[in-house]
Amino acid sequence: MNGKTLYDKLWDSHLVRENEDGTSLLYIDRQLIHEVTSPQAFEGMRLANRPLWRTEANVAVPDHNIPTKDRDEGIEDPISKLQVDTLDENCESFQIKEFKMSDPNQGIVHVIGPEQGLTLPGMTIVCGDSHTSTHGALGALAFGIGTSEVEHVLATQCLIQQKSKNMLINVKGELREGITAKDLILFIIGKIGTAGGTGYAIEFGGDVIKSLSMEGRMTICNMTIEAGARAGLIAVDQTTLDYVKGKPFSPKGELWGQACEYWETLQSDENAAFDKTIEIDAGDINPMVTWGTSPELVVDIESDIPTSENGKFQPALDYMGLDQGTAIKDIALDKIFIGSCTNSRIEDLREAAKVVDGKKVSDSIKLAMVVPGSCPVKEQAEKEGLDKIFLDAGFEWRDPGCSMCLAMNADRLESGERCASTSNRNFEGRQGQGGRTHLVSPAMAAAAAIKGHFVNVAKGDWEN
Amino acid sequence: MDKFYTFTGIVAPLDRDNIDTDAIIPKQFLKSIHRTGFGPNLFDEWRYLDHGEPGQDCSNRPLNQDFVLNRNPYQKASILLTRENFGCGSSREHAPWALIGFGFKTIIAESFADIFYNNCFKNGILLITLAKEQIQSLFEKTESENEFTLAVNLENQALIDSRGNMTPFEIESFRKDALMNGLDEIGLTLSHEEEIKTFEKNHLQKHPWLFTT
Ligand code: SF4
Repeated sequence: MNGKTLYDKLWDSHLVRENEDGTSLLYIDRQLIHEVTSPQAFEGMRLANRPLWRTEANVAVPDHNIPTKDRDEGIEDPISKLQVDTLDENCESFQIKEFKMSDPNQGIVHVIGPEQGLTLPGMTIVCGDSHTSTHGALGALAFGIGTSEVEHVLATQCLIQQKSKNMLINVKGELREGITAKDLILFIIGKIGTAGGTGYAIEFGGDVIKSLSMEGRMTICNMTIEAGARAGLIAVDQTTLDYVKGKPFSPKGELWGQACEYWETLQSDENAAFDKTIEIDAGDINPMVTWGTSPELVVDIESDIPTSENGKFQPALDYMGLDQGTAIKDIALDKIFIGSCTNSRIEDLREAAKVVDGKKVSDSIKLAMVVPGSCPVKEQAEKEGLDKIFLDAGFEWRDPGCSMCLAMNADRLESGERCASTSNRNFEGRQGQGGRTHLVSPAMAAAAAIKGHFVNVAKGDWEN
Repeated sequence: MDKFYTFTGIVAPLDRDNIDTDAIIPKQFLKSIHRTGFGPNLFDEWRYLDHGEPGQDCSNRPLNQDFVLNRNPYQKASILLTRENFGCGSSREHAPWALIGFGFKTIIAESFADIFYNNCFKNGILLITLAKEQIQSLFEKTESENEFTLAVNLENQALIDSRGNMTPFEIESFRKDALMNGLDEIGLTLSHEEEIKTFEKNHLQKHPWLFTT
């Protein structure tokens, strides 16, 4: 008999019932809530006069709409303000724990979950946000849902689900010096495509994944949705346990030992059967840069923009204002964004600061900004003096939030502006209408800020 | 959710792969705290020549006449025909809300993104997946006939054109049921209240660290 995959184990341990119609009722341990996708769910609860099933399962934070500077002056845009106020009111009336905008632990929902120990191995975790896949890095089954499902979880602590298929992405070899988790996941998306994981839960395994830090693993799982899979997963190991230990909401004392004993079982069995396995050789990977309007339109820094078969790339090239055959290194930037739930954790900021240290942002760059993922990340960075490094170089040092990852607040690209961004989506208009996004790692974005165009950070091209 | 009835509608061709939910409804409209009112901003950046903001009266905005939904007769379309991986990206349910607001009841594509797929069915939109060649042939018909319509018969799982040509489609039985009967899923789940409670009790006993916040 075949063993179980990690996904199978997490699924089985949360299965409440199998319905006659082939769907299943899955128990949800944790729901994370933000201001954009929750108001209609709370409204639904009120209209139906339903109570929360388990209040403590829910934790909320405003992140998408909030300003990243002059925060003490409040939110200027009245529509954004109403949405954040609505979250505050809903949390108050339903007694849900909320990290308000002014809370010292506020941050992007997918950054603060793990940081606070609200995300734990073995959990089922949902949020009305597709990048909930991030939390799978801790060996949790975590996926994004729509607002109707947010309401469903508020009311029942369950979701009606169909089981996904199992995919294993096995990353072998060794990442070269200067190549990061971001480059690896962009490489994978380039290989399997943005629909490559549709219908699957993807487990990432192999020596390279094992050698990654928790933060690198979160970057990988974060962008699993860009490969079409709702959930990304990484097995629990010592790195996971070391990370979770001592977090504000992680188990303590006797419970810690008990939890670890269980968490250590959260790996795929050796004889587990996957529906699909993809082998990746990490030794081949260079720093990656997207050139189009889908994350799968990506090449490495040493390449040129590819030539399309049958004009397929033309709409993307037109939007991006680029020609096929152009060298990636010849692409000049207007703005630099270091932030988002993909790359705004302390290690990301350290990597970027290492590149920036002692240098100046190129005169051709209109704006270079760093937006830490959470208040604790910001504080830690300031303790290490990273803020000074960025500020001295000419970067802006902002308050935590989603910011220019999706430009719902005041941080955005103007039409035609080109940005090197450490976020996760390069869709048309994502960072502002008409804005052009190139997705890269933090070190690549930092180097592009210094030189004004893309350079190969792994080769040290930014140093002179 | 309202029940889904058989209907006949105009098919609007949107010939593109990987249309993401940011394109379907741009982020500035997600600031709304309501479920309705998104229709005028469906595909906002493709549909209008100016920049859209929430709360605007869209009837006076300059239209992009090249965009399919601005051309006759597609303003009245209720079936959207597109290609691969429609609805990828963000999980925003505002995307199906905007599609409904415009008047779409059915979307036909080669494939859909997972979260979007779920969100549509929760809102009574029928998504139909067909093979590449079938999609191609429907696109050709929208070009050769000037007001190509299809009848969508969910009960018999068939699309029928005005000449009587029938294209059968597959749909999971639970989704079909939910659409045909306009089911209240939360109510349905709550009918298993006791089972959920029993599960929860055992689950907590086995994993006592889980419920500590
Ligand atoms: S940082 Fe970007 S991707 Fe992450 S939750 Fe915020 S808007 Fe979504």
